[in-house]
Amino acid sequence: MKYLTEYRDASVARGLIARIRELATHRWVLMEVCGGQTHTIVRQGLDQLLGDSVEMIHGPGCPVCVTPLEQIDKALRLAADPSVIFTSFGDMLRVPGSECDLLQIRARGGEVRVVYSPLDALEIAIRNPNNQVVFFAVGFETTAPANAMAVWRARELGVGNFSILVSHVTVPPAITAILTAPDNRVQGFLAAGHVCTVMGWTEYEPIAARYRVPIIVTGFEPLDIIEGIYLAVRQLEAGRYEVENQYVRSVRREGTPPARNLVAEVFRLVNRQWRGIGEIPASGLALREEFADFDAECRFGLESIQVSEPAECRAGDVLRGKLKPFECPAFGKHCTPEHPLGAPMVSSEGACAAYYNYGRFRQAQEIEV
Amino acid sequence: MTAPILAGSFLTCPTPLAGDRVLLGHGSGGKLSAALLKERFLPHLANPALLRLGDAAVVPVEGAQIAISTDTFVVSPLEFPGGNIGTLAIHGTLNDLAMMGARPLYLSAGFVLEEGLPLDVLERVVEAMGRTSKATNVPLVTGDTKVVERGKADGLFINTTGVGLMDPGFQPAPDCARPGDVVLVSSPLGRHGMAIMAVREGLAFETTIESDTASLVPLVDTLRSALGNQLHVLRDPTRGGLASTLNEIAAASGVGIELDEPAIPVPSDVAAACEMLGLDPLYVANEGVLAAMVSESCLEAALTCLRAHPLGRSAVAIGRVVAQHPALVVLRTYLGGTRIVDLLPGDQLPRIC
Repeated sequence: MKYLTEYRDASVARGLIARIRELATHRWVLMEVCGGQTHTIVRQGLDQLLGDSVEMIHGPGCPVCVTPLEQIDKALRLAADPSVIFTSFGDMLRVPGSECDLLQIRARGGEVRVVYSPLDALEIAIRNPNNQVVFFAVGFETTAPANAMAVWRARELGVGNFSILVSHVTVPPAITAILTAPDNRVQGFLAAGHVCTVMGWTEYEPIAARYRVPIIVTGFEPLDIIEGIYLAVRQLEAGRYEVENQYVRSVRREGTPPARNLVAEVFRLVNRQWRGIGEIPASGLALREEFADFDAECRFGLESIQVSEPAECRAGDVLRGKLKPFECPAFGKHCTPEHPLGAPMVSSEGACAAYYNYGRFRQAQEIEV
Repeated sequence: MTAPILAGSFLTCPTPLAGDRVLLGHGSGGKLSAALLKERFLPHLANPALLRLGDAAVVPVEGAQIAISTDTFVVSPLEFPGGNIGTLAIHGTLNDLAMMGARPLYLSAGFVLEEGLPLDVLERVVEAMGRTSKATNVPLVTGDTKVVERGKADGLFINTTGVGLMDPGFQPAPDCARPGDVVLVSSPLGRHGMAIMAVREGLAFETTIESDTASLVPLVDTLRSALGNQLHVLRDPTRGGLASTLNEIAAASGVGIELDEPAIPVPSDVAAACEMLGLDPLYVANEGVLAAMVSESCLEAALTCLRAHPLGRSAVAIGRVVAQHPALVVLRTYLGGTRIVDLLPGDQLPRIC
């Protein structure tokens, strides 16, 4: 596979970091929106290399982390039903619900399968006509087209035993929510490259203009992220606030129209709860009326469930960038990847798990110094 | 269209989250596996030979030291590029003995066959076992078969046990790593695990990733004669990958380990597959790789003798043992940052995007 090492070149990276440090007249505060970017930053130790020039705040773009507890509990109920084959992306399996997680449901006899695509889940439905097959449709705009396609095809093929449990969220309302929070410190954003591959960046242009923040559409490899940071700092130093595309090998201004159109055909905008953050208006996707037959919540008559988060978990503050994971009193003590209190400790893209897995040593070193 | 009301009694979730049932993650070689061993097995079975928790137990017999190892193979699919469950069963047990420094002498095998298993699959598996046993000069001298009803096993499970003779001049052990030692691996990482994943997930790449399943006995033989006890630790990073193995060694020896990311050999097809599936090659299983820790003065000798054998021709140093941060494995990244390479809490779970 090409382009695996090209974007990890250490000498190019060091050159760009040196330019960022030269350029920055003071410490700028940037947020990388996407969990995949957080993963790269902490895994490669990029934040360390930036020194005092830039502070990176880790944004809410980990789909595992922001899926509301209520939806997790609904997933657990569905997976427990003996007639259901419950399918999901891998890293949802260990997310704690109110009382247990999907792995434990599987150990107790629930049929829970990891798939890499919702179309695989549709295949499972076709091969198992006597079971109900439910796919846990989580994620941002990145996963929405494939989920829309699965539903659209299920209708085309008349697959009556397939449905999806939807917990889709979208990026722009989250950025607006962060910018309008009274204690916001974020001065620029690295937007999620894969989300923009689908959606393009026109919807970010009014945000950049209105709130006077640079928004850089950025990829996920170390060099992508460093270049994204460089472009953001260059704008900030020049007093500019525009949408700029770092991820040119993947993203066009209009995105990918067939994918956008399919998403618009199958889903509609709704208010959505974000775990740890609360409800953000018009920030979620739900199935349109025409596709309600494929909505697991309708099919199984799932009513809303009363849930409460563990009081000790400060995931909301972490997701809003108010608290670094290691500043949380439970971090590494009551809350570890084996016994997570909240979702950011589960997914490797979650800020808490990323720090736990990759950052503890540095944290210890910093404390020693 | 409505489905039956969700059954309430079938699944009331247990509290606390720790759970009261075996999870798949208990078999992953990570923290859950370690906890299972410590909490459920050792309290009932502990004895000095077992408590060393090596790849094989070493026991005295009539003045000699004998190594005994047992392993159970449950791989799905049964056949995969580069081998099958039979080759794996022979190599796995030979390698466990070899990692203790022992010379393998004899093998046994137990088979659990599921009703309905095609006999030609069984034939190919047993034929491969015979061929592998002959090629390595270690006869399989006793065995057992059981058949279970359809649905009670996944086609075929194999347990193999091996007996070997220890050499007093060559006794590597996981608790013998010393600060200043160099960490080396005999070949690139991740091929077995990704060969299996590629078949399971139906992934087609430009090339077929083949399992690296192989007997490491010849490599260990050359290391034994070249280095003797200058070689401190020998392990084959199977389940849980290199990361888990190095964590176990660091904990057992009370030392830290520093890895150099650019030096760690990962074949490009394995790296590509791992990227695509959201997995980390450091945690992917190998079945024909050895990791060794040797005194720095012996590094060249070790690399020279490994590279003289086809299985070890890409042998390379990937890091060192340090006195700082005991029981912690730390990796220096491509870009010069550092991060912890920890034990996984359970199975590696693919990321969403």
